[in-house]
Amino acid sequence: MNAIEILGLEKTYLVGFWRKRPKRALHPLHLAVEEGEIFGFLGPNGAGKTTTLKLLMGLVFPTAGSARILGREWTDPSVKAQIGFLPEQPYFYDYLTAHELLEYYGQLSGVPAKQRKQRVERVLDQVGLHDVQGVQLRKFSKGMLQRVGIGQAILHDPKLVFFDEPMSGLDPMGRREVRDLMEQLKHEGKTVFFSTHILSDAEALCDRVAIIHKGELRGVGAVEDLTSTVQGKVEVIWHGTQVPASIKALGAECHVTADRVRAIIDERQQDAVIDALRRERQRLIAITPVRTSLEAYFVEKLQRAETSAGKTA
Amino acid sequence: MRTRIAYIASNTFREAVRDRVLYNLIAFALLLSGAAILVGQISIEIEKLVVINLGLTAVSLFGVVIAIFIGIGLVSKEIEKRTLYTVLSRPVRRWEFIVGKFFGLAGTLVVNTFFMAIGVFAALFYVSHKFVRADALILVALYFIVLEFLIICSLALLFSSFSSPLLSAVFAFSLFVIGSFAEDLRNFAGMAHGVSRWLATGAAYLVPNFSAFNVITSIAHEQPVAGQLVLQNTLYALFYATMALSGAVLIFEHRDLK
Repeated sequence: MNAIEILGLEKTYLVGFWRKRPKRALHPLHLAVEEGEIFGFLGPNGAGKTTTLKLLMGLVFPTAGSARILGREWTDPSVKAQIGFLPEQPYFYDYLTAHELLEYYGQLSGVPAKQRKQRVERVLDQVGLHDVQGVQLRKFSKGMLQRVGIGQAILHDPKLVFFDEPMSGLDPMGRREVRDLMEQLKHEGKTVFFSTHILSDAEALCDRVAIIHKGELRGVGAVEDLTSTVQGKVEVIWHGTQVPASIKALGAECHVTADRVRAIIDERQQDAVIDALRRERQRLIAITPVRTSLEAYFVEKLQRAETSAGKTA
Repeated sequence: MRTRIAYIASNTFREAVRDRVLYNLIAFALLLSGAAILVGQISIEIEKLVVINLGLTAVSLFGVVIAIFIGIGLVSKEIEKRTLYTVLSRPVRRWEFIVGKFFGLAGTLVVNTFFMAIGVFAALFYVSHKFVRADALILVALYFIVLEFLIICSLALLFSSFSSPLLSAVFAFSLFVIGSFAEDLRNFAGMAHGVSRWLATGAAYLVPNFSAFNVITSIAHEQPVAGQLVLQNTLYALFYATMALSGAVLIFEHRDLK
């Protein structure tokens, strides 16, 4: 079953002093997200990611189209008890402590009082804020607020979680923890829909991704499919500080870093390189086919979109 | 549904308390105790009259200022700071949010009025050294002041649902001032002719009639308040606040939270 089905949602804002000039923020969007997957919604800043999330959360109203979340109409209030949402750069009631805030959100989400206490404690542990739970949020750093935001999104044990730029403001450790948390959510059978413009996060985490640019969907697919364009080249990595002359002679593109050498060669020369490394008594570390990175795919999609827009104009 | 409204109301109350709104009580207490001491020394026979007039007027003005300055930010501040996103993405309906905010602010003002009322009675006891039966009339004046607050809260929320805090403050305060002279406006409408009569009558009945709630002077003179006026003012305040709140809900239900 699909966790999310977006059926032509579109949004046009009326801008200008008299609000008569239409500005399209989202072209009709058709998208399905399967239950239990981590789905990445990628796009540069201003692409329409946040607009899509706001439409799904009922924070803005669509100009046309509809959506189904967990098999029900997205406007059905009962759906909201089963979804969690982390907005971009979240801001919370700063006069509350982290514990009070989570308690309040638990109340609003309808978590029964007995379970609420346990859930709040567990989530505070999960997001690493147990020690500062009694501190008012006005004293929190940006990264700590992001953790609170993640905590409130998963507090009521939702089946589907929406994260808008969840890594924003986090240090490398924090990003790692969020990645682990997302994977844990997936293991628990939950669906995670997250928007990001950080492609390495999407590549590391997502089962599938969609790319949006200027309010239009540019591509959807499994990360492996999108990045599986083998370019007929392989990457060979071995221990060493020098490139043997026989490998240089093959025209390999080599990079030496510390005690490792990384060479990109034509896949037909793979055996010759291995033989050369044996002869030179070098220790082979890895041979992997070179794939298009998600970043390369992303950039290509955006460039193609820009080109076609230029031609139309 | 009722519990969600109660949670939102209680959080609104907590916000007011933590933002030190109730600190105004200190200013009020200083004002009143200073006035009571001063009046006790300079006025003869009219100390009580002055204390009741001054005390109740201060209760009313302090409350109106709080109602307007908190009320105008109740919705717009939540939109601006985006705290609303994590509330409305839960099973909370927009109208529940508005109603919860209203009750939270009204609750803050009731608590505030309660403490200020204690101050008024304390000052009264200081100047007259005893309570008489007619002093109970002060409770009626306080009740009317609270009814006035309900209307102002609902109007502040209405303006806050579509306008910036600054404009909301201007609108709400203007309506409070005009509403305080609503009787005069009605009298003027009665004397006017033609289009101006229609316009003045329309305006006179559209603005909240706060002058009907002002019984401070008559109570200070120990004149009783008719039961009919109590009923009439209660129904009027409830009707007006409900209408203003419905307007706020109607606007907010269709508003995009950009």
